Amino acid sequence: MSRLTLHDLCLSFGALKVTDHVSLAVEPGEIHAIIGPNGAGKTTLIAQLSGQLTPDSGRIELDGSDITHLSPPARVHRGLARSFQITSVLPGFSVLENVALAVQARSGSSFRFFGRVAEEQPLNDAARAVLDATDLGDRLHVLAGALSHGEHRRLELAIALATDPSVLLLDEPLAGIGGAEAERFVEQLRARKGQLTMVLIEHDMDAVFALADRVSVLVYGRIIATGTPDQIRSDPAVRAAYLGQEEAS
Amino acid sequence: MTAPRIHGRVVAALMLFAGFALLPLVAWLADDPFLVVIGARILAYGIAALALDLILGFGAMVSFGHAAYLGFGAYAVAILSRFGITDLGLHMAAAVVVSAGFALITGAISLRTRGVYFIMITLAFGQMVYFFFTSLSAFGGDDGTGLRQRSTLLGSSVLEHDLVFFYVTLAVLMALFWLAHRIVGSRFGRVLTGIRENPTRIEAIGFAPRRYQLTAFVISGCMTAIAGVLLANQAEFVSPAFISWHRSGELIFMVVLGGAGTLSGAIAGAVTMIVLEEWLEVFTEHWKLVFGIILVLMVLYSPRGITGIIERLMRGRS
Repeated sequence: MSRLTLHDLCLSFGALKVTDHVSLAVEPGEIHAIIGPNGAGKTTLIAQLSGQLTPDSGRIELDGSDITHLSPPARVHRGLARSFQITSVLPGFSVLENVALAVQARSGSSFRFFGRVAEEQPLNDAARAVLDATDLGDRLHVLAGALSHGEHRRLELAIALATDPSVLLLDEPLAGIGGAEAERFVEQLRARKGQLTMVLIEHDMDAVFALADRVSVLVYGRIIATGTPDQIRSDPAVRAAYLGQEEAS
Repeated sequence: MTAPRIHGRVVAALMLFAGFALLPLVAWLADDPFLVVIGARILAYGIAALALDLILGFGAMVSFGHAAYLGFGAYAVAILSRFGITDLGLHMAAAVVVSAGFALITGAISLRTRGVYFIMITLAFGQMVYFFFTSLSAFGGDDGTGLRQRSTLLGSSVLEHDLVFFYVTLAVLMALFWLAHRIVGSRFGRVLTGIRENPTRIEAIGFAPRRYQLTAFVISGCMTAIAGVLLANQAEFVSPAFISWHRSGELIFMVVLGGAGTLSGAIAGAVTMIVLEEWLEVFTEHWKLVFGIILVLMVLYSPRGITGIIERLMRGRS
């Protein structure tokens, strides 16, 4: 059974079809990249998967059960987490607090009013482990609002990982970072390959072809091709619609 | 949200409480018993401001109808006393139960909106309560009604003594500060503060924000009702004036003046506002104008209020 299945999703904003009969099956453990030119509807698609937007028609299944109409928090509890293209952290919280809160969301009730959460070692330990793995272990007590852009991107990933997802939706995790920092980031994602199913939206083609098991190409809300990176690279329709443009420019 | 800052705010609150505890001594030395009367009023407003800060400062919910809860508290005293129930505990319990119900219903509706709409809808609910009590002719309608006596404490009428009443009110403020401080530092408080910081992120890690906001809204309403019970006892009088939207605005002023999201700042804001009011009134009947100027300057030059000023001074010294 596929981990995440999209059946014939459609969503229009007025006359604009942003998602046009999209069907897709993401297999357990794979990294499935979705590429496409700007405005192809990639972020809108992710928003429907994570629940910020509801499709006009079609169905989304996670491990075989229908989640099309679940709220974003309910989906997180089913194991579906997302990161944002534009960094979305809690700026007034420390790095550790940002991640500890994500751990808290999956460990016990948060309707506890008296115990000091800052002293809950299990939360802090789990948060530290994730932060060590994302190279933020030495920034624990810095306010998230004071981090550099690259650190923000890593914190964004750490928060999503801390919810302990089975499926991770990554919306341009490499946006705005490059060089060695980007390579290191790709390594961190690759290290989780196989344990975690990932849907990856990314403009950095080197990263996509280095990480993805399969790639789907989205153009004007439609998936025009799905296949292995090699198949996609040699697909004439894809070259015409997307990759060719990039080479030309 | 770093640890030293929070620690500093607890110290600030303890210093305020110590100052309050010494106030009757100052009043005795200055031979001005009226200080204790004003002191009790400040303490009661301090409770209300503290309660409002819990949702305004930590949950980013600007309630413009919080005076309604002062009203529930005040009228709980007047109405129950009329029927021969004079116990302070029962007055508080009744005020809390009614306020919890009202906060639950109006909060659930108000929280469907955000920003300026939330402000307007809480104002509308507050005004509904105001007009309800103005039409309550058995209790004086517009004019309100005097209390024949203050609430009783365990069957005794010790609260008639201004000094006893002052210390009981101080004890209630301290207990509620401790409660609010624990809530803010708890699992629940971290979610609530997170919603203020970034609601989209909070949803994306698996929390449904509205449940937490509504719970905080109810807690805040109940705490404000307790302030209302004390305020009615302090004035020995209740009237719809307790519930007018001016009063809701004054509570917001206190929180902003003291520094929203700090708890101790709310209490400092209540102190400053009432002291200024009493003091400016001596010089000019246009004291509200002067007060307005002070508030404008404060918001412009120290958005974090009195707390911000003190924190800056402390940093400058160290």
